[in-house]
Amino acid sequence: MPTLSDYEVVIGLEVHVQLQTQSKIFSGDANQFSTTPNTNISAITLAHPGTLPKLNRQVVAHAIKIGLACGCHINQETIFARKNYFYPDLPKGYQISQDKAPICEGGKVEFVLKDGKKAVMPLTRIHMEEDAGKSSHPDEGAYSWVDYNRAGTPLVEIVTDPVVCHPNEAAAFAYGYFKEIRKLVQYLEICDGKMEQGSLRCDANVSLMPKGSQVFGQRTEVKNLNSMRNVQRAVTLEIERQFGLLSAGEQVLRQTLNFDAQKNTITAMRSKEEMNDYRYFPDPDLAPVMISDEWLQEVKQQMPALPQQLQDKLMTDFGLSAYDAEVITEEKALYAYFAQTAKLTSHYKLIANWLMGDIKEYLNQHHLSIEALPVKPAGLAQLITLIESGKLSHTIASRELFPLMLKNPEQPAEALAQAHRLVANQDADELSEVIKGIIAQFPKEAKAYKQGKKKLKGMFMGQVMKQTGGKADPKLTTQLLDRLIAEVE
Amino acid sequence: MKEYSSLKAIQQELQGGSLTCSQLVEHYLENIDKKVDLNAFLETYSNEARQQAQVVDQKIAENRAGKLAGMVIGIKDVLCYQNHPLQCSSKILDGFESQFTATAVQRLLNEDVIIIGRQNCDEFAMGSSNENSAFGVVRNATNPAHVPGGSSGGSAVAVQADMCLVSLGSDTGGSVRQPAAFCGVVGLKPSYGRISRYGLAAYASSFDCIGIFGKNIADVALVLEVMAGADEFDTTVSKKSVPEYSKALSFDRKAKVAYLKETLESEGLHPEVKQATQATLDFLKTEGHTVESVDFPLLDYILPTYYILTTAEASSNLSRYDGVRYGFRSTSAEDLQQMYTQTRTEGFGAEVKRRILLGTYVLSASYYDAYYTQAQKVRRLIKDATDKLFEQYDFIVLPTTPNTAFEIGAHNDNLVEMYLEDLFTVQANVVGVPAISIPNGRATNGLPIGLQVMAATYQEDDLLSFSQYLLES
Repeated sequence: MPTLSDYEVVIGLEVHVQLQTQSKIFSGDANQFSTTPNTNISAITLAHPGTLPKLNRQVVAHAIKIGLACGCHINQETIFARKNYFYPDLPKGYQISQDKAPICEGGKVEFVLKDGKKAVMPLTRIHMEEDAGKSSHPDEGAYSWVDYNRAGTPLVEIVTDPVVCHPNEAAAFAYGYFKEIRKLVQYLEICDGKMEQGSLRCDANVSLMPKGSQVFGQRTEVKNLNSMRNVQRAVTLEIERQFGLLSAGEQVLRQTLNFDAQKNTITAMRSKEEMNDYRYFPDPDLAPVMISDEWLQEVKQQMPALPQQLQDKLMTDFGLSAYDAEVITEEKALYAYFAQTAKLTSHYKLIANWLMGDIKEYLNQHHLSIEALPVKPAGLAQLITLIESGKLSHTIASRELFPLMLKNPEQPAEALAQAHRLVANQDADELSEVIKGIIAQFPKEAKAYKQGKKKLKGMFMGQVMKQTGGKADPKLTTQLLDRLIAEVE
Repeated sequence: MKEYSSLKAIQQELQGGSLTCSQLVEHYLENIDKKVDLNAFLETYSNEARQQAQVVDQKIAENRAGKLAGMVIGIKDVLCYQNHPLQCSSKILDGFESQFTATAVQRLLNEDVIIIGRQNCDEFAMGSSNENSAFGVVRNATNPAHVPGGSSGGSAVAVQADMCLVSLGSDTGGSVRQPAAFCGVVGLKPSYGRISRYGLAAYASSFDCIGIFGKNIADVALVLEVMAGADEFDTTVSKKSVPEYSKALSFDRKAKVAYLKETLESEGLHPEVKQATQATLDFLKTEGHTVESVDFPLLDYILPTYYILTTAEASSNLSRYDGVRYGFRSTSAEDLQQMYTQTRTEGFGAEVKRRILLGTYVLSASYYDAYYTQAQKVRRLIKDATDKLFEQYDFIVLPTTPNTAFEIGAHNDNLVEMYLEDLFTVQANVVGVPAISIPNGRATNGLPIGLQVMAATYQEDDLLSFSQYLLES
């Protein structure tokens, strides 16, 4: 009986990236996510007779950026083609896409797997196209609804080469790649990366072949995977499904499949007989796009630093570990937060610890992005300075001050610490000495108090008042007493 | 009222005070009404035209009228005019109104043109006889038993029968020049990309041109210079500056003229048409122009190339008429697939369906290379060969059509004969050069004969002045 390890998996991914632009790819309609259907539309989006597409040059610039980031060859003469098929959410009855001479060819994406191993995904091409609208099919009633807000949203589709993987590694490979793409497009500021809004979607082509075979098995395509986790789950599931079929002596059919994230199932959308012949041909409404050397140069100069470069910088300039550098560059905003904080305090390792510890925990709990963190870099820098100057223990900072800062983001850290008497000041130091003396004087009572004889508090308070001539702040005294009593052996 | 044959004559009287735009509009409306059997107009905008006439009369009185003041035009039912119906003479656009005005039409409106109505045509501009309209055939005013040509038949007849001074048509393979020839008027197809296509319902995007019908060259030249030029809504339109064509209509040099031997030797060429063309060539020779016969062995390939590429583009361009967002939707459908098939089966006429099927076929995976790719290559060859001719010659002169206007129904049983009507006109569209049809006498049956002149790309100025010279002589 063959096992899964007797097979190799061939995987290829197509990632659709919605580009951030003011207007749509071929019209002046706003390119915005909108919850009110059919608001970002016009005669052009609705494909009224007589309308023509007009290319948004920003889209080309964005596509060049992702191409450069992946080391692709940029075709300086690139052609739009029509992909013909009928569906109600496709207003023209064809999608303007690219077929021959796409804007980018070749290239690769390097990334790190969960286990820290480096991986490379070779790319076939990146092309520009327009998104379709959205259909919905209510359970009740005889009609479907179509929302054309998304129709004409600019996309780039990043297509990988087929890659041979060990069956146990394919899903993690796909996960890592998709994650890296998300990171890249966010760094390039060409996509908001909001997967819940469909800004990034992945189709996975999967096939199995006996280990060592030169011939790829029949592949299937799992469509519209909208999170990194779903990519991983769907690939795992599809490998298992195909393995099940092959083990039972059955054939894998060439199908387009749908992954149901709730049920964790894969079902067929359409089979080969229903496959479309898209009849691609160059769109006669759009002249070939000519990318001049000047334009290409201009885009090159606008390229921001990429995650891999920033990781290196974190390690060499800030002395962070490879792991820390990887986590901090996971999101551009996180890196930006680090960089801003690092301008205000040179305790870089502490910044990293806070970002990866308390801050990350808080963000995760509240499902927030780093931009929404109430404590800004200046606040974190103050907090770290307090700790470093010895005014505050890390424990107090973490348990007391940080939560206070989250609730009172407008107040400086030190003022907050003072107000809540977290800072060891002169008065408190003197008072502590007095209390320590009294505890030394009454060791038995102190131990009994610690063990729960709360009645004894009055006796200690009385002693403190006696020795300080009644000048001690009762609230501070109580706090210090509690803390010092707690330290009694 | 008398028939006016030029804007110049009209404007002189308007300035002199012996004529008003309101009177002119009434005159044309009466004519349209009187000749309603010709079926040239699908709809007249009588009230609007009357109102606009008053506005223009006022502007003339205040000396601030645009340069087309006094010009009453009709537009083919493939041109968008905001808040007016647009149907492309098809059932599939039942109830559709355009939400914007075509760039070319807007530019005319900006110069105070008056639009009197929209004109009948072959459905989606597909046809050579105006017999393919969902709203009935258009009749030739010279002999109503004969076709006016197509696809811009209504637009040609409207000028022929004095229902307006100028018409806008569209020319994808001869749809302005051929009906102009059949109706004895001037019909210009400019270079591809000279006039914005924004607002022209697409038939075959890489061939489609807005064209102009008029009673003389000067009017056509003036309308062209107003409409032509760059447009931010059409990226295929040329940014080349637009000359004042109407001010450069004198032709006072010796031209180098070529005629294609194959066209004059063509089997289907009517002897009287051949004779008329020959007579023009002889005249040019006598006048000292260079007239030479040249070989054009690719002639036989032009028509197949044209039909493969235009149907391919049409099959895609017409996909948007699916019953989902606007226009006609079949009421008998029960599911999505049926909605598509029944809407399109019931909404499109036979010729449109035939071309959609042909186009889908030539683009399908199994036949793509044999037809579409091959035709693209041949198009390039034809273009190169034609461009090469224009390196040596200023003009190519040939008949516009092999025959005069045929009888309605004559080609019902033989579509290839019908397609052959376009034999001489498609070259200009395949290549993208400007071409014009001008009246060249009449056959013994009284029907007009057209003469076609082609020039190199963007040489409309030469083309128009040479045509003016030919018409004057």
